[in-house]
Amino acid sequence: MNSSTSWAVDEDAQSMTEAMIDAARALDGPLTIGGVEFTSRLIVGTGKYETNEIMVDAIRAAGAEMVTVAVRRVDLDRTKEEAILHHLSPDEFFLLANTAGCYTAEDAIRYARLARAAGFNEFVKLEVIGDEKTLLPDVQATLEAAKILADEGFRVMAYTNDDLVTALRLEDAGCAAVMPLASPIGSGLGVVNPYFIREIKNRLEVPVVVDAGVGTASHACITMEQGVDGVLMNTALATADDPVRMSHAMKHATLAGRLAYLAGRMPSREIAVPSSPTAGMLD
Amino acid sequence: MTQTNTIRVQLNGKEREVSTGLTVHSLLESLELHPGMVVVELNHDIIERDRYQDHAVSEGDTLELVHFVGGG
Repeated sequence: MNSSTSWAVDEDAQSMTEAMIDAARALDGPLTIGGVEFTSRLIVGTGKYETNEIMVDAIRAAGAEMVTVAVRRVDLDRTKEEAILHHLSPDEFFLLANTAGCYTAEDAIRYARLARAAGFNEFVKLEVIGDEKTLLPDVQATLEAAKILADEGFRVMAYTNDDLVTALRLEDAGCAAVMPLASPIGSGLGVVNPYFIREIKNRLEVPVVVDAGVGTASHACITMEQGVDGVLMNTALATADDPVRMSHAMKHATLAGRLAYLAGRMPSREIAVPSSPTAGMLD
Repeated sequence: MTQTNTIRVQLNGKEREVSTGLTVHSLLESLELHPGMVVVELNHDIIERDRYQDHAVSEGDTLELVHFVGGG
């Protein structure tokens, strides 16, 4: 079976998978952010895909409802990207515009306002980068922009580091969701500090969505096992050899991690405990 | 086309000559851009989409035309 086509070969298998996913989701509640309900806890980006067709197929395979987009100048020479809305219907997906690429609060606010003027919703993924090499956030500028945007009625979903105090301040600033990183953007390192992620989730009232750093399905699963409300990823899907197959994997992994969290795991211990009765053994 | 039929504007970071007498709406049309797909900033102010016809493009204006592209 060819890896680039096998995902779509068996429609029965596909619909069986859908049914399994629906059944599993019935064991979980919705994710509500800024008053909007989502069934999927997996939010995906739309960048870096080889083609727009693969992007749309991958997003559908991921079962994502909320998708991030970036705001950029129209290329008047028409040599680069076309408008993504030619490929991605706002009726099918909830568009979350980001402020990616912004290094100051002023720039991020400007991009957020431009995004809102597109007329889809009041949501913005606020991202203010503080360091070019690691793409780690400038938390002071993020906080400053978050306050202003929240006051202007934006539902701010703020990308931040895994620092509890910053997360608390972002919540106080009126953010609709706080989005600590698992590890640096595009690194694929997974959750480097599950303890801090758990602590942020435990202390915040607003949804916590882990954004950035997830590289493969186990990372998504481990992320969701920390009890967070959702996970946002882009590179892990877009740059996989087979983005559509990876998107299926991430959908399952996100759900698996969520259900494992809700189920309450057994305590771990460093001694073996037999699963079968020790009594009733033959002489 | 003579000199007087065009004006110079700063369009998406580049100086460009455009016809005189354009509104934001007709400028977008001349660039073959769908008004519903683009957000316009004129001299750093965002122009509401239903007001594109009301805003004239004048000599020396700075215009930014943006849209959504793929991103994470």
